[in-house]
Amino acid sequence: MLSGILLFNQKGENLIFRQFRNDCRPRLSDVFRIQVISNAQVRSPILTLGSTTFSHVKHENIYLVAITKSNANAALVFEFLYRLIALGRSYFGKFDEEAVKNNFVLIYELLDEILDFGYPQNTETDTLKMYITTEGVKSERAMEDSSRITMQATGALSWRRADVKYRKNEAFVDVIEDVNLLMSATGTVLKEDVTGQIIMRAYLSGVPECKFGLNDRLLLDDTGLSRPNGNKAGSKATRAAAGSVTLEDCQFHQCVKLGRFDTDRTISFIPPDGEFELMRYRATENVNLPFKVHVIVNEVGKTKVEYQIAVRANYGAKLFATNVIVKVPTPLNTATTHVRTSQGKAKYEPAENNIVWRIPRFTGQSEFVLSADAVLTAMTNQKAWSRPPVSLNFSLLMFTSSGLLVRYLKVFEKSNYSSVKWVRYMTRAGSYEIRF
Amino acid sequence: MMAVNRIRNVFQVPRKGETFELRSGLVSQYAHERKDAIQRTIMAMTLGKDVSALFPDVLKNIATPDLDQKKLVYLYLMNYAKSHPDLCILAVNTFVQDSEDPNPLVRALAIRTMGCIRVDKMVDYMEEPLRKTLKDESPYVRKTAAICVAKLFDLNPQLCLENGFLEQLQEMIGDSNPMVVANSVTALAEIQHSAPETEALVVTPAVLKKLLLALNECTEWGRITILTQLAEYRTSDLKEMEHICERVVPQFQHVNPSVVISAIKVVFAHMKGLNHDLVKTYMRKMAPPLVTLLSSAPEVQYVALRNINLLLQKQPDILSKEMRVFFCKYNDPPYVKLEKLEIMIRIANEANVDQLLMELKEYALEVDMDFVRRAVKAIGQCAIKIEAAKDKCVNVLMDLINTKVNYVVQEAIVVIKDILRKYPGYEGIIPQLCQSLDELDEPEARAALIWIVGEYAEKINNADEILSTFVEGIDEEETQVQLQLLTATVKLFLKKPQTQALVQKVLQNVTTRSDNPDLRDRAFIYWRLLSNDPALAKTIILADKPPITSTIKSLPVGLLEQLLSEISTLASVYHKPPETFLGHGRTGADALQKRALEEAQQNARENPIQAAAAVTGGKVTNVENLLDIDFDGGAPASASTPSSDPFGMDSAGTSRVASPISGLSGNAAPAAAANNLDDLLGVFGGDGNVQSSGASGGGGLDVLGGLEGLSLEPGQPAQGQPAGQKPQMKNEDIMSLF
Repeated sequence: MLSGILLFNQKGENLIFRQFRNDCRPRLSDVFRIQVISNAQVRSPILTLGSTTFSHVKHENIYLVAITKSNANAALVFEFLYRLIALGRSYFGKFDEEAVKNNFVLIYELLDEILDFGYPQNTETDTLKMYITTEGVKSERAMEDSSRITMQATGALSWRRADVKYRKNEAFVDVIEDVNLLMSATGTVLKEDVTGQIIMRAYLSGVPECKFGLNDRLLLDDTGLSRPNGNKAGSKATRAAAGSVTLEDCQFHQCVKLGRFDTDRTISFIPPDGEFELMRYRATENVNLPFKVHVIVNEVGKTKVEYQIAVRANYGAKLFATNVIVKVPTPLNTATTHVRTSQGKAKYEPAENNIVWRIPRFTGQSEFVLSADAVLTAMTNQKAWSRPPVSLNFSLLMFTSSGLLVRYLKVFEKSNYSSVKWVRYMTRAGSYEIRF
Repeated sequence: MMAVNRIRNVFQVPRKGETFELRSGLVSQYAHERKDAIQRTIMAMTLGKDVSALFPDVLKNIATPDLDQKKLVYLYLMNYAKSHPDLCILAVNTFVQDSEDPNPLVRALAIRTMGCIRVDKMVDYMEEPLRKTLKDESPYVRKTAAICVAKLFDLNPQLCLENGFLEQLQEMIGDSNPMVVANSVTALAEIQHSAPETEALVVTPAVLKKLLLALNECTEWGRITILTQLAEYRTSDLKEMEHICERVVPQFQHVNPSVVISAIKVVFAHMKGLNHDLVKTYMRKMAPPLVTLLSSAPEVQYVALRNINLLLQKQPDILSKEMRVFFCKYNDPPYVKLEKLEIMIRIANEANVDQLLMELKEYALEVDMDFVRRAVKAIGQCAIKIEAAKDKCVNVLMDLINTKVNYVVQEAIVVIKDILRKYPGYEGIIPQLCQSLDELDEPEARAALIWIVGEYAEKINNADEILSTFVEGIDEEETQVQLQLLTATVKLFLKKPQTQALVQKVLQNVTTRSDNPDLRDRAFIYWRLLSNDPALAKTIILADKPPITSTIKSLPVGLLEQLLSEISTLASVYHKPPETFLGHGRTGADALQKRALEEAQQNARENPIQAAAAVTGGKVTNVENLLDIDFDGGAPASASTPSSDPFGMDSAGTSRVASPISGLSGNAAPAAAANNLDDLLGVFGGDGNVQSSGASGGGGLDVLGGLEGLSLEPGQPAQGQPAGQKPQMKNEDIMSLF
C-alpha cells in the first residue's frame, strides 16, 4: 500500500520523511518538490511519475504527501491523509509547520503506530492518545495498563474503555446543521440542502448501550406501513405536517450497529467516552432557509458598480442569529467604496476583494439593507469580472433548517443508573451563495 | 523548552562539526542529553543529511527502558540498517529480548521493527520471535506479527514458506479479534499479489463466512481490506452473491468515504447475477451514499467523481434525479469542477436538461478559460444527446456567441458544427456564425467554420468570398484547417461550378507547395476525381455522412468492465488500466509498449488523417471513410513497385511517355521518385486534365471501388489477394521516400 508519508512546508522543505517500504527513496522528496510544489499550475491532487504516485493534500501551510507504488486505493489514501490531519489537530491544536517542527518526534511515533508496512492501523484519536502522549509513556508504567490499552486498540470496542466512572451521568447532544444554498441571479433556488452532524458528548459510566431516535420520516413511516398507499402527495403533506424529516442519507460513527440501522432504522450504539461525532446526515427536502437575500448589482459604465443588498431573516422573532457576515465581492480594480447599511458595520477589504458586512445580532423577521458603490480605476486591458457570488455566514441557535428533532436518547446500563441528557440545535451557513 | 529550541536550530544552516557534536551527545553520561542527541539525529536524517556515520553510537542507546527513546533508535535503525548490515547484529539481542517483554506494546514494537530492518542476517533471527508473537496472547501483538509475515515474505519468501508462516496466517483468519483477522487478510492478500503461485489467500465459502463476520467489527481500514477481498471474490452461487450484498449494504452508511466506495464496489460486482428487482433496490440504495461522497474533502470528492463517472457509464440512470448536487460551487477546485461537468452531461435527460442548460450558461460566463470551454462543449453535447433540447441549446449557444468573448465563440462554433451535422434545419444561424470570422484564431474553430461554409455553400451567398479569404493564407494554417479548406472548396465547386478558379487555385497551391503528404495526396485525389468524372465526384464528396449519435466520450466496453473491478483505485481515477501507468519490471514495460501500439492502431482506425501524421509508416487500412482515400490510395502517383503495379502499367499504356508515372514504372529508378511529384504536377497543370485522367481517374476509382477497380485491369486477373496489402506497402514506401 503506502510506501511512505512525507510532510513539506510551503517552501518545499521536507519536514517529515517516513518510509514504510523499501521502494520509497529519499530522492522522491526532491521529485515532489520540483514537480508539485514549485510547479505553479494547480493540477490534480494525484500525480504519477514513472511507477511512483504522489497523492497530496494541503493543510494550513503544509503539504501532506502519500507515496504509493502500486495501483493503490486512492480513496483510502486521501481519507488517511485527512485522518492524519485530524489527528494532528487533536494532538497539537493546529497542524501547521510550527506544530510539525516542534513535535516531529511525536509525529514519527504516531506514523509508526497508525501505519504498519504501509497499511493503516487504528487511527482512533482517543485510543491513540492513551499510549502516545506528549509526555511519553514510560514502560515502568503498570504493565496491566499497557495490556489494557492494547486490548482496546484492537478490540471490537476499540473506542471505549471498560472502566469509565462518573458521579453524574450526563450526555450532551448537539445537532449542528450546515445549510447550503445556491441561488441564481433570477432568485430561483438552484440547490439547497442540509448537511448535519450530531455531536455527542457522553459522560456515562460503564458500558452503556444507547438508543437514539429522530423524527426520521422513514422510521415514523414504518408504524403506518399498513396504511393504504392511495394518494401519495396527500400522505406526504400530512407527514410533513406531522413534523418528520426525510434524511437522504446518513453516516454513522463506527460505534453504531449498521446492521440494525439497515434492518429497522434504530440507531443503537455503545458510545466512546467523551466527545465524538455520532452521525452525519443529509437532507434536501423542505429546507427552511433562515435568510432571504435580495441582490441587485449594476455595472455603471466601466468605472462604477452599484450594489443593493437586502437580507431578511426568515425565522421566528424570538430567535436571533449571531455573527452574520455578508461578503459582497467587488471587481479586482476597485479603488474606493462608499457603503451605507441599516444595521451592522460594513468595510471594504481590498486584499479579498470584498465588502464585508458584519451584523453581530440578527433578530428574527427583521430585514436589513446595504447599499454601496464601488468606484473602479481605469484598466488598460479590461478583463471581464467573474462576478463571484455573494456569500453569507451565520450561526443560529435552536433552529434546524431540515426540521430535524431528537425524539429520544435512551441509555441502558447494567447498573441501571439514571442519566441526564441535553440537546442543543444549531444551524450554520455551509456554502450559502447567491449569484447576481 | 531548551530541547525544542535546539531541535528547531537544526532547521537552520548546518553548523560545522555537527556530527561531532551529535556523537558526543549520543555517548553522554546523562540520559536526557543522549535522548536529545538522538532526537537531533533523527531530525538531521529527515532533512536528508547523511548521519549514518553515527550508527554505532546510536546503537548503544538501544537498550533503554524509555519507550520513546527506543522508538527513535528503532526508526534510525530502519533507515540505516542497510549501510551497516554487520552492526545490526548488535541490535538483534535487544530485539529478541524485547519480543518477550511483558509489555505488549514493547513486544509489538520489536516485531514490527525487526521486519523493517532489511538485512539478511536479521532475517535468520526473526524466525523464532515471529513464531512466538503470532501466537501471542495479546491481539495487539498478533495483529502486528501478522503484517510482519508479509514483510518477511518480501525479504525471503523461501524462509517464510518453509516455516509454515503462511499456514499460520491462514489460520488466523479465524481469529477471535477482528483486527487480527483484517491484518492477516491484508498480509495474505499482499503475498498472494506478489506471488500468486503460493495461493496464500483463496477465498472459500468458509473463509468468506469469517470475512463477513469480521466486517462489521473491525476498524474502518480493516473493513476496506475485507471489502476489497470480497469484491475480488468470484462466485457463481446466487445465494452467496445475495448474501454478500446483503451483508455489505449496511456499510454504505459508514462515515469513512473510502469504506463507502469499497462497499459500492462489492455490491456492484456481485449484484450482476441477481434478479432485476433486487438490482433495482440496490441501485436505489447506492444513490444517496454516492451523493453524500460529494460533501467530503475535495480530493476525496475527486476520486469519488471519477468513480461515479465510471458507474454512470455502466448504469446511466442511477443518479438521474440528483442533477443539482453536481452543480459547481464557486470555490471548488478546478479538477472537481471539470469532473462535475462530465457527470452532469452524463445524467442529463429530458426532465432535467432545462436546469442543466441554465447552469451551463452560467458557467460559460465565468473567467476560468478551461472551465468555460468545457461548459460550452457540454451544451453542444446536451443538444446531441437530447433531441428535445436542441432548440434551447442552440439558443444558448447563440447567446454565448453574441457575448463576443473570443474563446467562448470559438468553442461554440466547434460544437455548432456537430449540431448542424446531426440536426438539419439550423442553417439560419450560419450568417451569424460567419460574422465572428475574424475572431477565430484557433485551428479547431477555424476548421469547424470552414467545414460549415463548405457544407452549406449553396445557402451562403458569399461562401466563395469567405473561403477565398482563408485560401489566401492557407500556407500558414494548421494541417486540420488546410484539410478542411481543401474539402470545403471542392464542395463549393461542386455546388457552385462558377467557383472553379478558386478550387483550381487551392489544388494547385496545395499540390505544389505543401510538403504534407496527407494534404497533398488528398488534393490529388480530388483533382483527379473532379477532372475524371465530376458526377461521380459529386456522389462521393457530397455523400450523406454517417449520423452522429453521441459526442460524449465513453470508454470501450472491455476497458470499462476492467475499470469497474478497480473502483476506488488509482486506475479508476485515471480511467486507465493499471499496467499503463505502473511498470512491473520488464514485463510491465513490455505490456505498456504493446498497449501503446494497440492504442495507436485504434486511433488510426478512428481518425486516419491525424494518426497518419503521427505514426509514420503505420499501417492504416480503413476504407469506411471517404477521407481514407488519401491513405490507401496515395500510392498511384508515386508507385515504386512498378513491375507488379496495375496502375503503373495502366498509365504507361495510356498516357504520354513524358509522364513521370510511366517513366517511373518503366525504369524503376528510385532516384526519380523524389521528383516525381513535381513532375506529376506538371502533367496535371500543364497538359490539362484530360491527358492524365485515364491514369489518375482509374486510380481514384480503383481506390474507391476496391476490388472492382482492380479487376478492370485485364492483364492482372488475380488481384483479389494482394489488393489489401499493396496499398499499405506503397504507403510505407512513400513515407520512407520523404
